[in-house]
Amino acid sequence: MIAIVDYGVGNLFSLRSSLVASGAETIITSDPDSIRNADKIILPGVGAFEDAARKLNETGLGDVIASEAKSGKYLMGICLGMQLLFDISHENGIFKGLGLIKGEVRPISDIIPRSFKIPHIGWNSLRFEGPKSPLFKYINEYDCVYFVHSYYADTSKDTLIATTEYGADLTAAVAKDNIFGCQFHPEKSGNVGLNIIKAFMEMK
Amino acid sequence: MITKRIIPCLDVKNGRVVKGINFNNVNDVDTPVKLAEYYSSNGADELVFYDITASFEERKIFTDIIRETMQRVFIPVTVGGGINTVGDFERVLSCGADKVSVNSGALKNPQLIDEAAKLYGSQCVVLSVDIKRVDGKFNVYLNGGRINTGKEAISWIKEGVSRGAGEIVVNSIDTDGVKKGFDLELTNEVCEAVNVPVIASGGAGCADDFINLFKTVPKVDAGLAASIFHFSELKIADLKNKMKENDIPVRI
Repeated sequence: MIAIVDYGVGNLFSLRSSLVASGAETIITSDPDSIRNADKIILPGVGAFEDAARKLNETGLGDVIASEAKSGKYLMGICLGMQLLFDISHENGIFKGLGLIKGEVRPISDIIPRSFKIPHIGWNSLRFEGPKSPLFKYINEYDCVYFVHSYYADTSKDTLIATTEYGADLTAAVAKDNIFGCQFHPEKSGNVGLNIIKAFMEMK
Repeated sequence: MITKRIIPCLDVKNGRVVKGINFNNVNDVDTPVKLAEYYSSNGADELVFYDITASFEERKIFTDIIRETMQRVFIPVTVGGGINTVGDFERVLSCGADKVSVNSGALKNPQLIDEAAKLYGSQCVVLSVDIKRVDGKFNVYLNGGRINTGKEAISWIKEGVSRGAGEIVVNSIDTDGVKKGFDLELTNEVCEAVNVPVIASGGAGCADDFINLFKTVPKVDAGLAASIFHFSELKIADLKNKMKENDIPVRI
């Protein structure tokens, strides 16, 4: 059973449909026990970091997710959900994340030329970093995935598993032991995305 | 490198896909969900659904179609047509749509763009504009090209972006349905005026029209078309191979 954490941020309909299409048993939940009982956790998210971090904090779900991840449960953050895995974000201030992966979330405008449009919206190719991650078991380097974001995770080389080129090398995916994060939307990335979800589902 | 997007547009009426020639004389093509699945597995980068129905009952059929599509299609989907209030945004977003396209609704009430952008984020708000040349000027039209608002198109688009629109669809009435190529002059002017993604629409008749668009207006992000894809005159896979041969970054 995969638990999609519902903390009042964004629409989870597509994410759930993509998991169902990949054959996963899923539950959309805001119940701490359901999250504790799940085999794996997906932390979604769209919108502003501050709002999402506050909701995770207020509901206590942030603590549940962090302690489950620290005990070894597989966790995947998607888009803003990935950014929330980091220590802090600089989106409209300085706000604390879950601190599960070392790094900071910064505006992509800090590192890309002015001629590039913001947000970074569209299909962009993945360049694998380091040894090929098990998350990419069923896909190839330079496959395209769908991005929509204005901030990027500034993290260390040892947690980077993929970058994408958009005026600079932006963090596309990260991993640390049992914790994974995708800046792009696998649930919007066609077969490539479904294959990433499948690889995550199959992790043991 | 970010790729140029190819977007089929599905105009839906009474639960069927239709396509007008210069906005008139509609033809029935196929069931929307089937067509959406076909496009999604054959290279479309994104889909646009446009609701051209009017009645409440028909609107319900339309939202059911969106919901069913979103269970089967895993690429971004934009929904437009009949979007006049934040409630309309909510109605289609709750069916799983990724973006909402506003046109007449934003012209009647520009504040709608601000409200929707604040609630759902700019990436969710697409401003679609129907534009026609009148006495050498680009004018904004209402209601599928029937009413001239007298508004100048470029300044309206700039206003839309400053209010929070995250993407612009430039639909040229002059080239729409004629299949002689996109409106390169108009598209280029819009691309020079704003720094959000711009989607060219209206006039695609063959693969070369897309090549021309992306070569002549390098800043444009996507090309949108309907009938040329619906009637299989042009297969998206073939188009994309041709784009690749012409060194246009594309997702194959």
